[in-house]
Amino acid sequence: MIAQPAPKRDVLARRDSIVAGLRALLPETGVIAEALRLKPYETDGLSAYRQVPLAVVLPETTEQVAAVMAFCHREGVRVVPRGAGTSLSGGALPMEDSVVVGLMRMNRILDIDYADRCAVVQAGVTNIGITQAVQGRGFFYAPDPSSQLACMIGGNVNMNSGGAHCLRYGVTANNLLGLKVVTVEGEVLEIGGAHMDAAGYDWLGLLTGSEGQLVVVTEVTVRILRGPEGARAMLAAFDSNEIAGACVDSIIASGIIPVALEFMDRPAIHACEAFAHAGYPLDAEAMLIIEVEGSVAEQDDLLEKISQICRKFDPISLKISQSAEESLAIWKGRKGAFGAVGRISPDYLCMDGTIPTSRLPEVLRRIGEMSMSYNLQVANIFHAGDGNLHPLIMFDANDPASFEKAEHFGADILRLCVEVGGCLTGEHGVGVEKRDLMGVQFSETELEQMRRVKSAFDPGWLLNPSKVFPLKADAA
Amino acid sequence: MTDRLEPADEAALARLVGEAHAEGTPLLVCGNASKLGMLRPVQAARTLSARALSGIGLYSPAELILAAGAGTPLAEVAAAVAAKGQHIIAEPPDFSALLGGGAQTLGGAVAANLSGPRRVAWGAMRDHVMGVRAVNGIGETIHSGGRVLKNVTGLDLCKLLAGSHGTLAVLSEITLKVLPAPERRATLVLRGLAPERAVAALAAALGSPYAVSGAAHLPAAQAARVPALAWLGGAVTLARIEDFASSVAYRSGRLRADLAAFGAAEMLDDAASQVAWAAVRDALPLAAEAGAVWRVSVRPSAGPAVARAVAEAFDAAWFFDWGGGLVWVAGPATEAAHDAVCAAARAAGGTWMLLRAPEALRAAVAVIPPEAPALAAITRRVKAAFDPKGILNPGRMFAGI
Repeated sequence: MIAQPAPKRDVLARRDSIVAGLRALLPETGVIAEALRLKPYETDGLSAYRQVPLAVVLPETTEQVAAVMAFCHREGVRVVPRGAGTSLSGGALPMEDSVVVGLMRMNRILDIDYADRCAVVQAGVTNIGITQAVQGRGFFYAPDPSSQLACMIGGNVNMNSGGAHCLRYGVTANNLLGLKVVTVEGEVLEIGGAHMDAAGYDWLGLLTGSEGQLVVVTEVTVRILRGPEGARAMLAAFDSNEIAGACVDSIIASGIIPVALEFMDRPAIHACEAFAHAGYPLDAEAMLIIEVEGSVAEQDDLLEKISQICRKFDPISLKISQSAEESLAIWKGRKGAFGAVGRISPDYLCMDGTIPTSRLPEVLRRIGEMSMSYNLQVANIFHAGDGNLHPLIMFDANDPASFEKAEHFGADILRLCVEVGGCLTGEHGVGVEKRDLMGVQFSETELEQMRRVKSAFDPGWLLNPSKVFPLKADAA
Repeated sequence: MTDRLEPADEAALARLVGEAHAEGTPLLVCGNASKLGMLRPVQAARTLSARALSGIGLYSPAELILAAGAGTPLAEVAAAVAAKGQHIIAEPPDFSALLGGGAQTLGGAVAANLSGPRRVAWGAMRDHVMGVRAVNGIGETIHSGGRVLKNVTGLDLCKLLAGSHGTLAVLSEITLKVLPAPERRATLVLRGLAPERAVAALAAALGSPYAVSGAAHLPAAQAARVPALAWLGGAVTLARIEDFASSVAYRSGRLRADLAAFGAAEMLDDAASQVAWAAVRDALPLAAEAGAVWRVSVRPSAGPAVARAVAEAFDAAWFFDWGGGLVWVAGPATEAAHDAVCAAARAAGGTWMLLRAPEALRAAVAVIPPEAPALAAITRRVKAAFDPKGILNPGRMFAGI
């Protein structure tokens, strides 16, 4: 387990007066301080870690957030921003002395502008909620993390969330135009707007993915895009990871950028097929799901070009979807991957390193060796186009030793990702989970540089404590 | 130490910046100094050029990744990726005609975060910076990001340094995402539209499912400056489609039908499209104008109001890129004209950059919008977090920072 620092005793001692102070700032239902009602806020998607906070506030306006921030700043109280609580890295894990600022009541879409192709939404609007609001006109919001039914745009901004279609449409940072944020002192800042060029430093770029370390995000101006005429998927299965990897390289080298290019290894194929009955080839070592967009004729053309490339690699199975229903079936297994693995093993850790795509076969071989030596099963799902690898490590949560082993296994995988030229996290964020591994990727000089940037926004280190940065400087 | 420093490698760069930090000597940081004519003039005893940090260290076309020294000529990068059928996604402009400078470096293009016509569909230069190595104002070497396409590890200093104009750190190496270049380009041209109507046509084009990757409008006087467009006679409204040849043929036909209400569209072929969009990218329609040049970035539908406001205030030449979201303006190099541009940008909720003007004007006015007090305080603290003695390009973006 990753150790958390001790809470501030003086803050815990002032608990009642702090709660009373918060109650004075918010509507009656906007402050939670009863033990039973605080319980749901003790954890997020990294559920092995739990800590009930001092209090939870549920503001409904930016002004209320600003008032809470100014109050907490005066009182020296740490603040943990929270959206839907779907973080897989413990990004919303509270501390005992912290106030959780939950943005879920700020769930209104404020403006949709089709002519300028942007929408202004509050931080608590769900990711899918944006697309649902604009799809009637054929538009969509591009980043599509697996948690998109639940996760909120404020959290997406803070974690710079990705998804399966990043290869074509980019991650959250590439799909934003503006933010309204509240500083730790309670000042409201407008960053960007509906225009495309930044003035001054690129605050929008810096704040996106800053994991709640710099500001609290309350409003977001996102780009909305007109959807393509249609999309269709195909499936190609191969005898080895090496061959599938070489096929991916060959597709990219041909000049085709599919909108999605997903890779599953043998354990992932078996888990997903047992769960979804998607018709995946069980004799394959590796499988690709490839999706293209455009008119029906354009889809035909691209899928034929890709098939020709795949055939050079002796696929053991090649299936081109002929309809939207068949595409859905091909995707069904992949989209249900987490549930599928959950059926084999009730507990698993979902890792999130990124590697240079050319190193995939070697990385999968070494993960396989680690799996043997740790005696823990692992299934690998890979956004092959952009190098983002998701090993799912299965363990038994009732056995503390098993969890301990799984954590070590995961850390070894992430060290491997960095060793081959990749990084610790492609889309889930550092959070608590990978905080102590930051030294693997960054020198102390680099960490100090990032800490000084953090200090420029949050001199007292009150925002989202004990995350992202290795503890020693933070704990003081 | 001479007045002009050209370190041969990153270690020498770090040593020189470290020495300047120790002495408190301000440095004018540049690559080939091709953009010194824009933004505020820098008062510095010494010039530090990264031009010798040149060369492509890594290019993996199948991984869509290229890494090169910051001093590598941008043209060398463009040629290397073109040889493998790929391109630099953000289509960075070349301002040598506008500013009279030389050939720009990769580091300069990233440090200025300047993006061309494809910005409207594919993002800015900074969107494709996957990693940087740099030396901060203390002389410490840092890296951020890496050589992979998806990376959220730690604060994204790549984006902060892109567009910081050498005021936070000196870039030494940059890793870019690149993409396959299109097999074919075509441009639909609508003729004779008034600005509002033109922007409506471009909004319809950008809101279509046909992946329009360029959307510009040039009034008659500016179109006449571009040989590839002058023959059309009058104002031109341009929508570009780039993809495989069969897709370009299909989509341009569909788009032409969809835009029929705006008139019968002419079509530019691949070669004419390349010439026309290079002219839009490099602001060539304004390069021959005397005086000052501004870039105004607003919500696209506000472009016509900005054009009207500046044309009422002075004898302005202008054109739109980014569907109306980028208004290029040329006019007299006076504070009165500058104030009118700033007022128009502010009224539209957007930003401006004084891109070309005599040094005296650039020293006297806010070349980019001043920040609100709370944000300006953060700017000063972030500057100090990288460059505590303020030796890197002092005053380049904001007076006193």
